[in-house]
Amino acid sequence: MQLTVKLFAYFRDNRFKQQQMEFPDDTTVEDIIVSLGIPLDELGVLMINSRHCELKQVPVEGDQVAIFPNIGGG
Amino acid sequence: MADKILRINMSDLSTKVEDVPEAWMGHGGRGLTSTIVAAEVVPTCHPLGEDNKLVFAPGLLSGTPAANSGRLSCGAKSPLTGTIKEANAGGTSAQMLAKLGVKAMIIEGKPADGAKWYSLHIDENGATIKEETEVIGLGNFETVQKLNDRLGAKVGVITIGPAGEMLMAAANISVKDPDSHMRSNGRGGLGAVMGSKKIKFISIEPTTNKVDIADVEAFRTANRAFAKSLVDNPISQALGQYGTNVLVNIINESGGIPTKNFTTGQFEGHESISGETMYDTIVARGGKPKHNCHAGCVIQCSQVYADAKGGYRTSGFEYETIWAFGADCCIENLDQIAEADNILDDLGLDSIEIPVAFAVAMEGGVLNFGDGDGVLRILNEDVAKGTPLGRIIGNGAGSVGKAYGVTRVPVVKNQAIPAYDPRAIKGIGITYATSTQGADHTMGYTIATNILGVGGSLDPLSKEGQVELSRNLQIATAAIDSTGMCLFIAFAALDDATCLPALIDLINARFGIGLTADDVTNLGKYILKTEHEFNLAAGFTNKDDRLPEFFSKEPIAPHNVVWDITDEAIDSFWDF
Repeated sequence: MQLTVKLFAYFRDNRFKQQQMEFPDDTTVEDIIVSLGIPLDELGVLMINSRHCELKQVPVEGDQVAIFPNIGGG
Repeated sequence: MADKILRINMSDLSTKVEDVPEAWMGHGGRGLTSTIVAAEVVPTCHPLGEDNKLVFAPGLLSGTPAANSGRLSCGAKSPLTGTIKEANAGGTSAQMLAKLGVKAMIIEGKPADGAKWYSLHIDENGATIKEETEVIGLGNFETVQKLNDRLGAKVGVITIGPAGEMLMAAANISVKDPDSHMRSNGRGGLGAVMGSKKIKFISIEPTTNKVDIADVEAFRTANRAFAKSLVDNPISQALGQYGTNVLVNIINESGGIPTKNFTTGQFEGHESISGETMYDTIVARGGKPKHNCHAGCVIQCSQVYADAKGGYRTSGFEYETIWAFGADCCIENLDQIAEADNILDDLGLDSIEIPVAFAVAMEGGVLNFGDGDGVLRILNEDVAKGTPLGRIIGNGAGSVGKAYGVTRVPVVKNQAIPAYDPRAIKGIGITYATSTQGADHTMGYTIATNILGVGGSLDPLSKEGQVELSRNLQIATAAIDSTGMCLFIAFAALDDATCLPALIDLINARFGIGLTADDVTNLGKYILKTEHEFNLAAGFTNKDDRLPEFFSKEPIAPHNVVWDITDEAIDSFWDF
């Protein structure tokens, strides 16, 4: 399946901002994160199509997956 | 040295030093300003009349070596909202006032001769009123430079810009920071209250005095644990790198970034104004990504944003301001937004209220969405000079909506709604509706739990649990606002079990008392109820605790949701 993967803050360093990527069906969000070499203990918020999601969630063709480290402001 | 209250009467130009009444002893910051305003200000008074009082108070821990404790609270009845108001800011003044033993400064009355301007100077002996001519009409930057020359570079300065002199309802009170730039008691028009008292600035004498600490060793131990919890927190670290503007991309991704005067929830130009772009720009131009607004801050969310030649353009460049000029006004040029921010710092205007007012003006046809040049022109030629258009904008978003017949006016109690759409992030809608001070995200920052996963997580689109979330955060915030602490300690306090106990230990060691966590919660509840009672006595009812009707009628993309929390649920906020 083809997904749009978006990275934010320092997760972009030496990676990318946004990329179309091919993954096998049944790939979880966690699998995607591991494949990008992002340490799981640095994860903040995850979203699929602008809704919060869990690590074990499986996106479907065309989904947008957004991966954030811990961030805040206000 | 015993703490004292300074009372300054601008009707007869007299000053007094008073003992701290027993009932005020345990209060500081917002808890103290709201207690004093509730006790001494007639709730129905005109905010710019002689019966309003302007109260300054450092926090309970201000002036001590406690990390992040340099916030200065300022309170009065607000000319923007008509409610009670507390706004707090960094800068050097809170710590200086606390070291001089000033627990609060109460400015009352107003001069009969409206033609003259005055200054206050605060030192160990109290306050001195002097007539002022040299800096009247000047912007904040020039005012501070002239006062540095006159009184020495270390003098503390609390000042109003031309907007406060012109009594604009969005005028702020500016506080000199360690680099002689501005930090702002931003919201609710407190600068107009200071202007109505005919006080251009308050200068504070530097001192070598130290704040008394009852148990020095316990204080030191608690401060180590407290500072460590802040420094170790990953959100603190991200704030240091990207500033609060790191939020542009995540709030945009969530579909909750109010765009084009609150007509959609995502902004196409988000990358160009994002925290990531800002960081890269600052580094490339030789600015400073990290900067502290007061000594002792270990988070350093501020920054110095440089222009293309590497010179100073602005600092304290916040998400709210960048969102409002950016997404809400559709301006994609970060340099133009930085210039606008700097002009607002100089004029002394709230950098949330004014850009939201511009977005309403854009909808009203005054200028086009995205017209950054137009914004800068109107700021320089109209707002700064006090033309009729400038005053309409300077009086805020509600004022612009009325003047131009716009129905989509994002305000609660006439204060502009900040950078999170309540349709797509429902907890913050409860905060906007029920806050004792008009729409204000900092009163109960549900974004932490609705979006950022801090303090647990609660679906931003669900109606469930939002009232309780907002209530708990509003209670905790009122307590934190009393300590002199920056609100950004809350990110550590919500998720690190060592942070809040260390903060309570700091207060106990400072005063030699034995507060518990329950006492702190009760303090927060007391403050909210005190403020709410003032508002009820001023004529507000539960019908004022509502969002503008367009939020219930106009769905917002991408989630296509409306504001759908019932009035009964909103009113249940006060069941505590």
